[in-house]
Amino acid sequence: MTTTTVEHTEPTALIKEVDVHLTIKRFNPEVDVRPHWREYDLRLKSSDTVLNALIAVKGTIDGTLSFRRSCAHGVCGSDAMMINGANRLGCVNLISSVGTDLVIEPVRGLPVIKDLVVDMEPFFAQYRSVLPYLIANDDPGYKERYQSPEDRARFDDTTKCILCGACSTSCPVYWANGAYVGPAAIVNAHRFIFDSRDQAASERLDILNQKSGVWRCRTSFNCTEACPRGIKVTQAIEEVKRAILYDRS
Amino acid sequence: MNIHYHSYDAVIVGAGGAGLRAALETAGKVRTAVITKLYPTRSHTGAAQGGMCAALSNVEEDYWEWHAFDTVKGSDYLGDQDAIDIMCQEAIDAVIDLEHFGLPFSRTPEGKIDQRRFGGHTRNHGEAPVRRACYAADRTGHMILQTLYQQCVAADVNFFNEFQVFDVLFEGEGSARRAAGVVAYELATGDLHVFVSKGVLFATGGYGRIFQITSNAHTLTGDGPGVLFHRGIPLEDMEFYQFHPTGIYGIGILLTEGARGEGGILRNGLGERFMERVAPTVKDLAPRDMVARAIHAEIKEGRGAGPDKDYVYLDLTHLPPEQIDAKLPDISGFVRTYLGLEPKTDPIPIQPTAHYAMGGIPTNVHGEVVIDADNTVLPGLYAAGECACVSVHGANRLGTNSLLDINVFGRRGGRAMVEYVQGVDHPDLPRSVVDPTRERIDALMNSTGHEKVGAIRGELQVAMMRDASVVRTGESLQAALQVIHELRDRYQKVAIDDKGSVFNYDLTEALELGSLLDIAEVLVLGADARKESRGAHWRDDFPTRDDANWMKHTLAHRDESGAITLDYKPVVQGRYEPMERKY
Repeated sequence: MTTTTVEHTEPTALIKEVDVHLTIKRFNPEVDVRPHWREYDLRLKSSDTVLNALIAVKGTIDGTLSFRRSCAHGVCGSDAMMINGANRLGCVNLISSVGTDLVIEPVRGLPVIKDLVVDMEPFFAQYRSVLPYLIANDDPGYKERYQSPEDRARFDDTTKCILCGACSTSCPVYWANGAYVGPAAIVNAHRFIFDSRDQAASERLDILNQKSGVWRCRTSFNCTEACPRGIKVTQAIEEVKRAILYDRS
Repeated sequence: MNIHYHSYDAVIVGAGGAGLRAALETAGKVRTAVITKLYPTRSHTGAAQGGMCAALSNVEEDYWEWHAFDTVKGSDYLGDQDAIDIMCQEAIDAVIDLEHFGLPFSRTPEGKIDQRRFGGHTRNHGEAPVRRACYAADRTGHMILQTLYQQCVAADVNFFNEFQVFDVLFEGEGSARRAAGVVAYELATGDLHVFVSKGVLFATGGYGRIFQITSNAHTLTGDGPGVLFHRGIPLEDMEFYQFHPTGIYGIGILLTEGARGEGGILRNGLGERFMERVAPTVKDLAPRDMVARAIHAEIKEGRGAGPDKDYVYLDLTHLPPEQIDAKLPDISGFVRTYLGLEPKTDPIPIQPTAHYAMGGIPTNVHGEVVIDADNTVLPGLYAAGECACVSVHGANRLGTNSLLDINVFGRRGGRAMVEYVQGVDHPDLPRSVVDPTRERIDALMNSTGHEKVGAIRGELQVAMMRDASVVRTGESLQAALQVIHELRDRYQKVAIDDKGSVFNYDLTEALELGSLLDIAEVLVLGADARKESRGAHWRDDFPTRDDANWMKHTLAHRDESGAITLDYKPVVQGRYEPMERKY
């Protein structure tokens, strides 16, 4: 049997018990006129995530706290929220990295329904407005279409989007102007505009050339900082702007 | 509480891969409502990583028959061979369909869909691993979910997002009984919606949340099987539950088998590559049940790693760093985030994690739900994906075959439902069909009990992990059953804090817990009765496969009093004779 000496790095050695103080912006539309702050104290492990902390509050202190969650490891996009002033996913931020004194708010720019739950319908309507699906009119027959690794790499970054909304709801223009489609919709347009198999780039560029489109972007880079998937969102928006200006036939 | 009524030809419950794939078949043909308790893109199909197998032969010789053989052998001969043949043949079309839908597969230098190795998938009936898994980096499931959702947007599919189904409706009695709709709870308002429809397809996914360590989302609570079981529909082969070998230690987050497909190696605390002992030919790429048991054995025999010697390592440190970046970027991120380790230089602590339900709602190859040992179809009722049991996975699913299952049988179920609903009248139901759901909700809202949902769920998960997971005995299963019965009593006294009607997850979690308890009980009863070891069901007290007595599917039935009885039906045999499973 093949044996190798394993260099041990113990993840568990770094885990310790910590006191966590949470300040959460609460709003119950059936009772409250305006949002208010509630504070909670918990003992958690430093390896717990912010989502774990919220689940602990809900399970052990106050079952009325509402927040969305599903996969709990950053691939489903349910739990975008504002953590200490920055848009983050609750499930990929550990107490050890974000600290033990946490201020949690719903994301901005979408109507709050209850606690951390915001109305995602405007966000998905913006997504749908950019034709976020492959449009290829040539009959491919019964075989796969070929695509070179280089062509595939051209839009790889924007395929990572999980539609969590962290980017759009971190954008000052998006907060101020309800008509702006927002970074997430542009990312999802980019994913098809630069796909060599797609034939509707020009239609999408027309949509994004309108007043609600890319020209609203003021390159603040908030979206890029907020993206939990590490997508270079601002760069994608710039590439779409450039395509509108220079690349259209 | 307001009650709303809707009329549709077809209702699809769940909007993961299977539900969306079915919706693409019904959209534009029959009036369809797709009901999901999430937003479609939150579904757990998006967490699948490694790939989807199909014998495309893009990078080396391969045939669908080899894929079928591997699937039958992987199933430990409990899979139905007619269904497996269909799945492996249609796999090729399913991949081509996804490519045409726009899925951004990873490509070969010539531009073809690239393929890689995966556990249990072999060349020429077991000779060596074969490159069969089509993939998109290590986020194949994400790409499948996004692509299917994109196509649903293009097809203008009618979604009811954040609506949770708590009851299924039927019309008629006995042999005249047919599906007639569902009752759903709208999270945003607390209103109830009665959907009266000619066809109902369940695609609600799995129920990994019965276990403590799981790769499954919080939302995977067996809603579809739970609802149907309560209405007298049997559940099939529930004792077969897959533990994925490589979950992140202590958390259970999945690290794809593709990591071993790319050359990753499992090592125990002594640094030994222990899979060489267990599966000399395919080593680390043995099927999941065998690898999970091997890890369990290493730990039990004191060769685990860490202060408590309770994990082993997934070692990628010998792989070229650029290969890790290109092929395994997402899982590398998980390791950095949750363990603070660098997969390029640190071996990764892993343990088996509850991953996939082979069992579920019994169906035939058209996705039609069958309700007895004679495979009698219940008209209008369909199921597809993880919540269903066709059975293509038998006692142990091969890696990648779940993404295949949702595409092949999602499509088949959708097509069959279209054909059926076009030929039948609309059901006629009384308004009182909503009452049972309303009464359940009222009872929880008004409960004066003192039991907490989280506490009961937590105790269930611990007991199931300890007594009914990778290795079982009659004694451990009896202990689990005892715990379940106690928790069931306590569940009668459960109370919730939130009495509101807006996004009351306190309420929905309490209702979900009912399904978790039911499903756990069925799993344990089936496992206790099955006195053999096959696939993912391992009994230390009966450590061999017993084809003479147990090559049959379990069917668990619930009567109106709540009593559960077990029945069995034969496995569909085919060209592959049962043999000893060696790799």
